[in-house]
Amino acid sequence: MADETAALTLSAQNLCRNYGSHIAVNKVNLQLRRGEVLGLLGPNGAGKTTTMRMLTGNLAPSTGSIEICGIDLLDKPQEAKAHLGFLPEIPPLYQEMTVDEYLLLAARLHRVDKQAIQTVLDNVKQRCGLEDRGKYLISTLSKGFQQRVGIAQAIIHNPDVIILDEPTVGLDPNQMREIRKLIREVGISSSVILSTHILSEVESVCDRVQIMHKGSMVLDETMTGLQQKGTRLETVFAQLTHSG
Amino acid sequence: MIVTIIRKELRMLFTSPLAWILLTLIQLVLTWVFLGQLDAFLEIQPQLLQIANPPGITEIIISPVFAMAAIVLLMVTPLLSMRLLAEERRNHTLTLLISAPVSMTDIVIGKFLGLMVFFSVVIALIVTLCISLLMGGALDFGLLLSNTIGLFLVTACFSALGLYISSLTTQPAIAAIGALGVLLGLWVIDLAASETDEWLHYFSLLKHFKHFNQGLIDTLSIAYFILFMVTFLVLTIRRLDGERLHG
Repeated sequence: MADETAALTLSAQNLCRNYGSHIAVNKVNLQLRRGEVLGLLGPNGAGKTTTMRMLTGNLAPSTGSIEICGIDLLDKPQEAKAHLGFLPEIPPLYQEMTVDEYLLLAARLHRVDKQAIQTVLDNVKQRCGLEDRGKYLISTLSKGFQQRVGIAQAIIHNPDVIILDEPTVGLDPNQMREIRKLIREVGISSSVILSTHILSEVESVCDRVQIMHKGSMVLDETMTGLQQKGTRLETVFAQLTHSG
Repeated sequence: MIVTIIRKELRMLFTSPLAWILLTLIQLVLTWVFLGQLDAFLEIQPQLLQIANPPGITEIIISPVFAMAAIVLLMVTPLLSMRLLAEERRNHTLTLLISAPVSMTDIVIGKFLGLMVFFSVVIALIVTLCISLLMGGALDFGLLLSNTIGLFLVTACFSALGLYISSLTTQPAIAAIGALGVLLGLWVIDLAASETDEWLHYFSLLKHFKHFNQGLIDTLSIAYFILFMVTFLVLTIRRLDGERLHG
């Protein structure tokens, strides 16, 4: 039991978020262990992005608590955020910077050790397939490469928790496969939350799946659990999110 | 962390042609004023010799140059401050800063100081221009110093206000127009307020700058400038925090 809590990298309890009278997220619980890739599914407007923004400190929850590696995100935001890597839906790229400049900035912002910075940069570029793009302006890169730069930014400081909001949108099948491989790789040492609409993607990379619908969590199941029951993710998704 | 933000801001500023064009234009306008004043000085020099206690070149040339510089910077600041937060928000890049282990205060102060570094360059160029007069005579360095301090403080106020207005919108153009409007308003107070409404004059930024321009380092003016600056920086931080809370 002690081992289990130690391995817990992210824990969110009773997260709620209201926009005026509209409840975007309602009593969501999330727990993530080291080495786990969690797929967060849900129809558009289910509250996935709001949840992710809360988990990364971009939005304060109306009620509830978030702990990252045992550090309360609301009490000590800076310490907690140091363990976080986030790729939002729209990658936060400065179009007028080169890839090298941008990644250097990301590394500095995430307090990567000065001496280590060059090795970290080379390493992350190699992992994301950006070796020969260092001198390119981000605005001249294709959508796929921009997405990779976004992912590189999120994993550059080797965070314990990586949150990716629809990382494979707009990529071609080859790029998708590469990104999925990358997610699997980083999922070995860290925890990853992945939001997506592509169910096959969840089946191929995730260990566990949670489905949100109308702001609430309607399913929390491991992929092996699903397979044992013999149910297909697509059927479950359709059943749970069919709005009547 | 603040240093990282300052460096980022400067890099963004100097990779765009805007900063270079503005630097050139400011320098052109001020050099023109400078030469105009120099001409005027040379013309009236014989008459000045007949006065018992004549004004020196510092008063005749440098003070008007700085007075002009304050007005030019009033116009230029909104162009530079508009992008600070509005553009980050429009390009969705603010998320990068907020998700990083950096506090809102660091972000705001870093952006403000980044802009101030740019304006320090502008002011340094103006001072260099004035120092070139040493080739032909002696300067009143006290007056030059008070002008420099005054110009720096008044520009800091412009920047803080511009930064705050930039935090209110996602449209850089609206941020620029808003900041320019408020700054012009604060300038025009001078004209609008009649002599009886003296308290109104306390709100005019350029009125306070005038003291420095005349060589008077007034603590009341310094206090006003610092209060003004801190108020708008705090408002900006609160605004960004409020966005996180109320969304």
